[in-house]
Amino acid sequence: MASGNGRPGADLLSVEGLRVTGHDGAALVDDVTFSIRPGETVALVGESGSGKSLTAKAIAGLLPRNLTASGSIRWRETEVVGARERVLRTLRGPQVSMLLQDPFTLLNPLTPVWRTLAETLPGRGAELRLLISERISDVGIEPARARDRYPWELSGGMRQRIGLAAALSQSPALLLADEPTTALDATTQRDVLRLIHRLQRGHGMAMLLITHDLRIATSMSDRVVVMAKGGIVESGDVDDLRSGGRQEYTRRLWAAQLPVDRRLADLRVEARLDGAGAAPVPDAATGGAGAGTTPILVVRELSKSFAARGHGEGVQALDRVGLELARGRSLGVIGESGSGKTTLARCILGLEQPTSGTVELTPGIARRQVQCVFQDPYSSLNPSHSIGFALAEAVRHRAGAPLSRREVAAEIAATLHSVGLDASFARRRPETLSGGQRQRVAIARALLLRPEILVCDEPVAALDLTVQSQVLQVLRDAQAGGLSMVFITHDMSVARQLTDEVIVLHKGRIVETGPTASVLDDPQHEYTARLLASVPSGDREWIAGPPLQRTGAMTDG
Amino acid sequence: MKIAVWLGRRLIAIVLQLLIISFLTFSLLFLMPGSPEQILIGPNPATAEQLESIRERYGLNEPFLAQYADWLGAAVHLDFGTSIANGEEVSSLLIERSGVTVSLAIYAIVLLLLLAVPLGLVAGARAGGTADRVISAVTTMLVSAPAFATGLLLLYVFGVVLRWFPIFGFGSGFTDVVWHLTLPAATLAIAVIALIVRQTRAVAATIVRSDYVLFGRARGVAPWTIWTRYLLRGSSMPLVTSMGLVLGFFLTGTVVVERLFSIPGLGSLLINAVSTKDLPVVQGATILVSFFVLLANLLADASHLAVDPRVRKAVLA
Repeated sequence: MASGNGRPGADLLSVEGLRVTGHDGAALVDDVTFSIRPGETVALVGESGSGKSLTAKAIAGLLPRNLTASGSIRWRETEVVGARERVLRTLRGPQVSMLLQDPFTLLNPLTPVWRTLAETLPGRGAELRLLISERISDVGIEPARARDRYPWELSGGMRQRIGLAAALSQSPALLLADEPTTALDATTQRDVLRLIHRLQRGHGMAMLLITHDLRIATSMSDRVVVMAKGGIVESGDVDDLRSGGRQEYTRRLWAAQLPVDRRLADLRVEARLDGAGAAPVPDAATGGAGAGTTPILVVRELSKSFAARGHGEGVQALDRVGLELARGRSLGVIGESGSGKTTLARCILGLEQPTSGTVELTPGIARRQVQCVFQDPYSSLNPSHSIGFALAEAVRHRAGAPLSRREVAAEIAATLHSVGLDASFARRRPETLSGGQRQRVAIARALLLRPEILVCDEPVAALDLTVQSQVLQVLRDAQAGGLSMVFITHDMSVARQLTDEVIVLHKGRIVETGPTASVLDDPQHEYTARLLASVPSGDREWIAGPPLQRTGAMTDG
Repeated sequence: MKIAVWLGRRLIAIVLQLLIISFLTFSLLFLMPGSPEQILIGPNPATAEQLESIRERYGLNEPFLAQYADWLGAAVHLDFGTSIANGEEVSSLLIERSGVTVSLAIYAIVLLLLLAVPLGLVAGARAGGTADRVISAVTTMLVSAPAFATGLLLLYVFGVVLRWFPIFGFGSGFTDVVWHLTLPAATLAIAVIALIVRQTRAVAATIVRSDYVLFGRARGVAPWTIWTRYLLRGSSMPLVTSMGLVLGFFLTGTVVVERLFSIPGLGSLLINAVSTKDLPVVQGATILVSFFVLLANLLADASHLAVDPRVRKAVLA
């Protein structure tokens, strides 16, 4: 299937008919075949549950104990399936190494950086120290800033760089990079990908890049394997993928990508595949009836600082931030981690007391008419209650006066329908729902309280792209119904689709503000421009060239 | 420098805690049934002159707080008076007995660590496997047997049948003491082994599934390093806290073992003193044991600082 099969002897890695089964014999990965030649980059693309991470673990010979691999995986001459751990152990490091997704759990918290690196480096004493410093500066960090620190003293971007240095310490012939930048901020993501790309060139190393992002796959790889539900959908040259892919599934994945340069008429993937949804529309078209310039929420000179524990410096999370939300409009707050965007949301919701400044609601609007949807759809629903119970609670809370069971049920059914869920979902429990379904339930619950303002804090950041689109369309429909919205996101493409105006937050300050279209099309501030530049374009140029910024000690990622 | 501040604070806290304990202990004299002079003179009938001389000697005619101050002043110099039962200095009794108890407790802790931690690590690393099931079953069985039963069994098998270890006494000289204390220490260790195995197992099972162990293995870190620096060190943090509690238990809860192996320790001294209402001994032993327990907890917290850099930073920052 893969193009490398013509010259089996030259393959660095060849996977043939790989099958991963659980205890009950169900196949989680089935009939996966591809190969990687020396120095080549192959991207493994898929959504969550596609089996791409399990495939990588199987290749490293590191499947969890309750899973079994069958078929064949060969690192050069060594067969991995059924091999003794003692054999694989000596090859991991110099032959095959792996980088994982989450920089916050990647490194042993009890071990300082230098020791993590020393674990797989040769030599001792001054010689070893020199080698460690070299490896740290190879990943773009000044050695003195990281060497003696513990992982939890470093930012996510720094941790991932140290992880990369550790993974590459024995110059592996093949790196398995499992979503290496998904947990990082956009600007940090581009820097780390550029770093990986540069080091890969330098080492002549092959890479299996696992990603859910097609644009990252096309800019980094030579060949692409698309996976879904444990199997391969298609595999081939990167140009095939760039031109849209041959299979329906791949085309859906492409359609799910949100553009940053235009606003789409309909966000749902089906509508976009039709062509109708993909049509650009003027940016300020969503305001429902009554949309105008009357402010409904005014934030003035809002500052919030957090005292540090111990004797360290405090953190100025927000610095004199001001904004106005007009009735029926949607205001985007764009920022990376540490920008203060979540603190702003919490201050607006009254969950956090500002150090100075005010949050004013137009008279006549009660606090409970400001509702919220948070990022994590897994922790925002009580697992011991049914969906219907949680929603009924919201209806009763709002109504005050007792409503009949039938009235409550009807309202719940109608609201579930409006977020694209069947009324039967009311009888289900949170654990039986997918992330996207849960997030829609969370939106339904917020809507049942009939809010005037909905504050959304990264509502789709944890979701797959195709699911993102569905959830975002639900929010858009709510906007069209006249709901005012504060929409917090790090994703410029999402902001483009959901907001009328944006403010760009950087380290607690507003650096730029204006209508969404003009800010994103013609950014005035250097930081906004950098954010836009870090949106993956899918081109090779995106990944080539030097990092955009030299990484700071604690500020990036 | 900062560590000195931390230690200073902890020592002050210990002193305050000891003061409270000493006050409660002193109050025992007045809380026990019977008049203080009758308690201090013992069970024999006493003449008026004898009672008066006791009152004089212990200052019982003075106000309560003054009496406490006097008693405390003496106690600071380790003077808890003389035993009512045999007239010996309480302090010398305590010193004699605590040597035995402390040796036994430390020996038991060492045995416990050597047995329970490796078993817990293996069970956790192979959670759900055969080794895990066997280890869990055996340790649970061991802990459900009362100490006198396991002690008797050990005594019978290793002392009487195999004759590897002596069946009673304390011995003299290091090797002889170790030889004499092995069975009693093993009895103590077995009493709590399941607790420590379970705890180690739980932490090790979490660590073994962690990203950083997976990452370590994927980049070629040696298995020995994974076992020691990742699993052992990671598991040792909750462990040191429970070790403080276990050590406290070993210092006070050794009566059964002391009786069984005829070892002259603090436990049996305390039990005898309580049953004969020998108040000065009870007071002295209570203060001493409290001191040991507080010290054991300080030791545990200090070890916690030593193994966990995050705690170190939080405490010393």
